[in-house]
Amino acid sequence: MIITKQKMLSDIIKAITGYKNIFITGCGSCATLCKSGGEEEVAQMEKYLKTKGFNITGSTIIDEACHVLLTKRTYREHLSKIKKSDAILVMACGAGVQASSNSVEIPVIPALDTLFLGNTIRFGVFEQYCSMCGDCLLEITGGVCPATRCPKGLLNGPCGGVDDDGMCEVDRTLKCAWVEIYESLKKRGHLDRMKKIIPPKDYSKNRHPGSLTLKKRKGSAK
Amino acid sequence: MLNKDFIITAELQPPKGPSVDEFLNKAHILKTKVDALNVTDNQRAIVRLSSLAGCAMLVREGITPVFQITCRDRNRLAIQSDLLGAHALGIRNVLAITGDDISIGDHRGAKQVFDIDSIQLISIIAGLNKGITAGGSSLAGHTDFNIGATLNPFARPEELNMMRFEKKSMAGAKFFQTQPIYDINAFKKFMEKVKDKEVKIIAGILVLKSAKMAHFLNKNLPGVHVPFALIKELETSYDPKKKGLEIAARTIQTLKGIAHGVHIMAMGMEERIPEILEMV
Repeated sequence: MIITKQKMLSDIIKAITGYKNIFITGCGSCATLCKSGGEEEVAQMEKYLKTKGFNITGSTIIDEACHVLLTKRTYREHLSKIKKSDAILVMACGAGVQASSNSVEIPVIPALDTLFLGNTIRFGVFEQYCSMCGDCLLEITGGVCPATRCPKGLLNGPCGGVDDDGMCEVDRTLKCAWVEIYESLKKRGHLDRMKKIIPPKDYSKNRHPGSLTLKKRKGSAK
Repeated sequence: MLNKDFIITAELQPPKGPSVDEFLNKAHILKTKVDALNVTDNQRAIVRLSSLAGCAMLVREGITPVFQITCRDRNRLAIQSDLLGAHALGIRNVLAITGDDISIGDHRGAKQVFDIDSIQLISIIAGLNKGITAGGSSLAGHTDFNIGATLNPFARPEELNMMRFEKKSMAGAKFFQTQPIYDINAFKKFMEKVKDKEVKIIAGILVLKSAKMAHFLNKNLPGVHVPFALIKELETSYDPKKKGLEIAARTIQTLKGIAHGVHIMAMGMEERIPEILEMV
């Protein structure tokens, strides 16, 4: 899921200063799970902004705030409240904020910072294992991504900063990705895969803005 | 440089500022004492005068440079173009380095590049030597670089470390400059293991200044182990800096016949490197 974190309240206030009537939008998917833009957080924000003298015209939680059609439909349903609002504060990832700004004409303000595509380690703990490079090489690296798990993204083994305990110089609490890859390949009897030089990554597969349109194929599963 | 029986190189940091007087003074002190001078590339992720400009100035002064290139600050286009420029300026020795992480330096908010890693960089330089760019197109002509890489003989896990060394050599590295060596016996064992490789291994000599520094290295520099006896020597000396020079000289003496050369890192005391070499 997309991991988000609420901005400092003082920064949110700064961003909405000058607007009086605020509508708040949360997200029922990722932002709910990271407790940054679910029902509870939207309610808290509403309460907080009221204490700061703002008038809250209404609020909503969109099931997927990044779904453009769904977002448009939701705002149509809340049209009378939106009409009374000077701005919308969106408690969703950057994709969600932009789905909103696509759907209304009043200013849309982000309340969250979008961090990474995260794995849930346990409740409230998220870590990044994939950086969506468009060029997956996990089969060569024993199922551990060096482009993500190594702070330098090295593809051919560790740098000189791996310490005697196999920890990373950038963050001593983090195991060196290449020690993990080595151990994983060794366990699976695939150490020979490490001996080949992996060529530079093809960043043409990761240009932004990304775009993908599914095409119907004859004989496909759907 | 690589044809010498025992190669002696030293490391020089370019200035953090536009004035090069001290840099060139130190280079001149070392001119007749060493075979080549490494010029570091924004070491520890701190902005300094470029290693390319530093190397070009050394060439102008008749000193052989080793052009250190890290993968942190430039993508493959910029690195290749700097390499071609370096070649045109008379630079022939390059040392491919990963580079310190940007988070330890003075521009923590900067974007670190790492478009390629040091092994891919070695392959790219080997390609330029054949007249081919990283993109696969042909150059007009070809470069003639001596390709170097770094090596930590004692990094763990050993098997992983050896694989990385093999890869660097397979990619085209012909000389290796190592992390500081203090434990000669352990280094000797390492050299036994790699004796069939047709590469030059230049042992790192980091000049100790105090017992405190030795403790710091043991704690913070992976694979570096200053033996207790050396720490004791520094501790009981009235002039630890002088003692550090003596230890360096002694280490170099012992390494003759074990390594193919030494690379001296004096950490700001470069003007005292001749004293070390006179003691050898």
